[in-house]
Amino acid sequence: MKQLKTELVSQKEIAASIYEAVVFHKEIDESFQPGQFVHVKTGFGSDPLLRRPISICHVDPNQHELTMIYRAEGKGTKVLAEMVPGVEVDLLGPLGNGFPIERTMEGETALLVGGGIGVPPLYYLSQELTKRGVKVKHVHGFQTSSVVFYEEKFKAYGPVTITTADGTYGEEGFVTNQIDMNADYLFACGPSPMLKALENYRAKKGVYLSLEQRMGCGIGACLACVCHVQGDETGFAYRKVCSDGPVFQAGEVVL
Amino acid sequence: MSRLRVELPGLDLKNPIMPASGCFGFGKEYSQFYSLDQLGAIMVKATTHEPRFGNPTPRVAETTSGMLNAIGLQNPGLERVMTEELPWLSNYNVPIIANVAGSTIEDYVAVAERISTAENVHALELNISCPNVKEGGLAFGTVPETAFEVTKAVKDVSSVPVYVKLSPNVTDIVQMAKVVERAGADGLTMINTLLGMRIDLKSGKPILANGAGGLSGPAIKPVAIRMIHQVSQQVNIPIIGMGGVQSAEDVIEYFLAGASAVAVGTANFVDPFTCPSIIDALPALLDELGVHHISELTGRSWKKSWDLQSSSH
Ligand SMILES: Cc1cc2nc3c(=O)[nH]c(=O)nc-3n(C[C@H](O)[C@H](O)[C@H](O)COP(=O)(O)OP(=O)(O)OC[C@H]3O[C@@H](n4cnc5c(N)ncnc54)[C@H](O)[C@@H]3O)c2cc1C
Ligand SMILES: Cc1cc2nc3c(=O)[nH]c(=O)nc-3n(C[C@H](O)[C@H](O)[C@H](O)COP(=O)(O)O)c2cc1C
Ligand code: FES
Repeated sequence: MKQLKTELVSQKEIAASIYEAVVFHKEIDESFQPGQFVHVKTGFGSDPLLRRPISICHVDPNQHELTMIYRAEGKGTKVLAEMVPGVEVDLLGPLGNGFPIERTMEGETALLVGGGIGVPPLYYLSQELTKRGVKVKHVHGFQTSSVVFYEEKFKAYGPVTITTADGTYGEEGFVTNQIDMNADYLFACGPSPMLKALENYRAKKGVYLSLEQRMGCGIGACLACVCHVQGDETGFAYRKVCSDGPVFQAGEVVL
Repeated sequence: MSRLRVELPGLDLKNPIMPASGCFGFGKEYSQFYSLDQLGAIMVKATTHEPRFGNPTPRVAETTSGMLNAIGLQNPGLERVMTEELPWLSNYNVPIIANVAGSTIEDYVAVAERISTAENVHALELNISCPNVKEGGLAFGTVPETAFEVTKAVKDVSSVPVYVKLSPNVTDIVQMAKVVERAGADGLTMINTLLGMRIDLKSGKPILANGAGGLSGPAIKPVAIRMIHQVSQQVNIPIIGMGGVQSAEDVIEYFLAGASAVAVGTANFVDPFTCPSIIDALPALLDELGVHHISELTGRSWKKSWDLQSSSH
């Protein structure tokens, strides 16, 4: 974990209000893992004040570049969307624990399920799993056709099923209608109703979910982002989404 | 003597900069960024007698130049703080100020008595101002009689000096300060967070699960400055100031208002290097102001000119 004053290399709107930003810093390398995130300072003054957690969508260790995809929705992400190449983007990272790719083995299969802005971290995951010889399939859910992104990019690694809530693109409905669960692993990232729906799926070797929570520090110090541990009777056991997660095995924490 | 060295009851500070309670955990996370030896002191997370889980999430919300929090004093409890957190911190050459909280006077006394015996705990910060717990906390800090009682009870058992952390959520902060001074407080720390709320437009409900929370960050600095300006003229015990400090300039403003040392809370989340950056920047700023030692600045905004001369010669 470091504070990196990166340089914005490029930024473009790849779907309605969805931005892809690439930053450069010579310390961006293989230590950035799929499912980890960066805590991004948006703007330069004290408003917006807090950093924004954004997943690592891709890392190119040779070019020392990191890609983030985010939705410009609130105050901070809108400021970020206005930054132009050449400006400094201050990040803390890599933060948290990502998907357990080291457990997977060649020939195994994985189903990657993403919802909305939960899709980006699955791209880096898909690439790294493919490198290990794991066969991947994707199911991505979006609200509507205008916010669908990266379909072609994911196809380079495995089949992609898209769902939209309003049926304007791909299959109508939610990702949970499209899950054919015979993969060894299920990896998912998305809004909590989606994660709750996926929590009870069983994959032969494990179901891993990446959680979202409002954060203060992003590094484990402030206890803003805690969740209860499933089956804990004392009520005092907890995990921090920022530093113990954001990826947890299904059943570990209370969603 | 170093230009930044400050001596306060129980505390021999190599510089007057320290992280504020609850914004730095027990130091482990930030030690990944820099050596904690650099800090003047560390105010660790509130400790209660029993472990506490705290409030449901969301526990934080952003505001204009500030944030709300309703953590709810989550902490591992006295036993673990004594056996794990404080011993870990003793790897560093930095005095610890233990933040003590509770829901009854007995709780405060039990925590204060034991935690004040830890070797690296050089002072206590009595938290009678947490807005985020139902019983205790703020209730002790807004009623003069109970503030007196709890301060006195803790003073009676503590092996180290006791600083009382004042709440800004009162009509008369000077009265509260005088009451705890009379009860034996060795110093004051101020301010804790201001009660506030944000409501989400989509759900129509408060963002924080707790409803209200404590406002911190740059937004509250003028409130803290005003209160320290008032209180420091009315008490004879030193004040550790806090509220929205982000830069060496902010620190100077706190000293001018009447503080003798300064704590940094929310700014740690924004820039983890805030404390060491301020410490590095202070000497040059003192040069610019033509001041040799930082303590010369304490209370300058209200001291009469002859006081200034007599204190700087
Ligand atoms: C581990 C993690 C990874 C994430 N990865 C991505 C990603 O790759 N792409 C993406 O678009 N979004 C991602 N998010 C969600 C993203 O952090 C929020 O959308 C963003 O913080 C909202 O900021 P804002 O300025 O748009 O909104 P504002 O309303 O201005 O935000 C106000 C405050 O609330 C917090 N907040 C608001 N919504 C959320 C949320 N859904 N989750 C957490 N905090 C929130 C903000 O961080 C900020 O502190 C991730 C969240 C987490 C926890
Ligand atoms: C997330 C968070 C947790 C806090 N926890 C505590 C606490 O446990 N005990 C306490 O006395 N003050 C606590 N505070 C208050 C701070 O110590 C400080 O008084 C206040 O935030 C003002 O300073 P700032 O604006 O620099 O943050 C907390 C503040 C924040 C933001
Ligand atoms: S965000 Fe501070 S502990 Fe997780």
